[in-house]
Amino acid sequence: MTDLTNLTIASALNGLKNKEFSATELTNEHITAMENARDLNAFIVETPEIALKQAKAADARYANGTALPLDGVPIGMKDLFCTKDTQTTAASHILEGFVPQYESTVSGKLWDAGCTMLGKLNLDEFAMGSANTTSHFGNVINPWKDQTNPNIDLVPGGSSGGSSAAVSARLCLGATGTDTGGSIRQPAAFTGICGIKPTYGRCSRWGVVAFASSLDQAGAFARTVEDCALMLNTMCGHDAKDSTSSKQDVPDFTKALEGDLKGKKIGIPKEYRVDGMPEEIEKMWQQGMDWLKDQGAKIVDVSLPHTKYALPTYYIIAPAECSSNLARYDGIRYGQRVEGEDLTDLYELTRAQGFGEEVQRRIMIGTYVLSAGYYDAYYIKAQKVRRLITQDFDNAFEQVDALLTPTAPSSAFAIGENDDDPIKMYLNDVFTVPTSLAGLPGMSVPAGLDSKGLPLGLQVIGKAWDEETVLNVARNIERAANFTAKPQILGVSKAA
Amino acid sequence: MSLTRDDVKKVARLSRLRMDDQQLDDLAPKLNTIIGFIEQLSEVDTDNVEPLSNVARSTLPLRDDVVNDGECRDAVLANAPESEEGFFAVPKVVE
Repeated sequence: MTDLTNLTIASALNGLKNKEFSATELTNEHITAMENARDLNAFIVETPEIALKQAKAADARYANGTALPLDGVPIGMKDLFCTKDTQTTAASHILEGFVPQYESTVSGKLWDAGCTMLGKLNLDEFAMGSANTTSHFGNVINPWKDQTNPNIDLVPGGSSGGSSAAVSARLCLGATGTDTGGSIRQPAAFTGICGIKPTYGRCSRWGVVAFASSLDQAGAFARTVEDCALMLNTMCGHDAKDSTSSKQDVPDFTKALEGDLKGKKIGIPKEYRVDGMPEEIEKMWQQGMDWLKDQGAKIVDVSLPHTKYALPTYYIIAPAECSSNLARYDGIRYGQRVEGEDLTDLYELTRAQGFGEEVQRRIMIGTYVLSAGYYDAYYIKAQKVRRLITQDFDNAFEQVDALLTPTAPSSAFAIGENDDDPIKMYLNDVFTVPTSLAGLPGMSVPAGLDSKGLPLGLQVIGKAWDEETVLNVARNIERAANFTAKPQILGVSKAA
Repeated sequence: MSLTRDDVKKVARLSRLRMDDQQLDDLAPKLNTIIGFIEQLSEVDTDNVEPLSNVARSTLPLRDDVVNDGECRDAVLANAPESEEGFFAVPKVVE
């Protein structure tokens, strides 16, 4: 039998329909891959028994002709999505042992469409990080190796590092992620796969552990643009339980993939040429422009003048919302509790022991910028700059249909490399944060390898609700790049 | 603006995070680096700019004011560190 872990979602669905293999076989091969690759630490909890039960049901549906849109597709679920009766931790000690009594809307939609759950994927604690080095359950390791220094472990990006590592290493066909400032796009770039964050409001946030509610948005990881479109078809849609989820119609995203770019205008924001950006990334960006030109697109220089203020804006707004959202972890209703002499003592001890260093730092920053006397100077100021950043995009999209940028300012770096300096770590998200602040759709697609043999990604940014153009441009890059490289660590057994 | 150790202590208190003196000393310079970074925003002219609090691009909907959920006490209490007779249990708050 061919290696089923190398299939795309689209080809797996074809194979299942044509009875070339069963959902149980497909799921079993992925369970083996997951077990073989435990060194990557991509999963916090493995749930093979759930996956096999779901696969059996999928096989029954294929047998009687009632197959669902993603029937029998094995996926990983970022451990930020509440899953009924399966521990959900947000990679935090404070939620260790928390077993949700309900299912998040997005995960529920994926199970209802026939996906099978291999397990809950590791992430940065409460999705706060860019390297997956803040998880209470340990670092996730990138399956790619630096060819000039193959003995060191690299980060898979963050916060959705378990998702990116697992999809890249062929442990699952697709995975969910969430993106608050780049947490889908940057890990996708670091691991040579596709990742899309749709428009804010496309996916329900209900049942997703909250970090920064005005920014958080669920999205998909897969190895092709088409597979991302297939996952989005299921994940998006209005939900009465999330008042910010949109009633906008959800198109069939797979229909957007075909067609070249004749008549399309692609903007190149000049402010994204940042100091110290490696020449290789600059070259890859130029290559991307040439590919799009070959497909008939017109390349247009645009300006997003407030770009340099996006990160400082983000590092006011996200911590402010985080400090407010994380106030719920009080040791009373759920999660860990540390007993104290009185109630305040209980709160302080519970939170000090339950939250990791980066989460505490962000709660502190958030509390400070929201505190009396500083609220206007920091928080309101940041909200004003957020409007300016959003207006920059509005102005650019009067001239162009989509924007093309690098996804991240470097390829994957070594574990521990940026840990000493929070600002240096934050700079990883310099190209992804502005899109998040404006609530726009963005996608990373693998474009090639750098001189270390590590993947680089290009980012496509679209207008609000125009994921279709984003997917179409990304598909054109994918076709031109013909990225077939695979990571050095794969889940398939060596004997196969 | 620079945070003193006392400021950090106050913020830790507001955040309900217990920190010993060593942690306060360690954290102060890190927080000051971040505060210094975010203070770049003071360069931006934001006169006559309205704050943007959400990008949902729609007005928040209202639903009918009727009970649509409930009768799930045991599920609500299922993850409580301590519960008694159908209630969350907390340390004594009133002497």
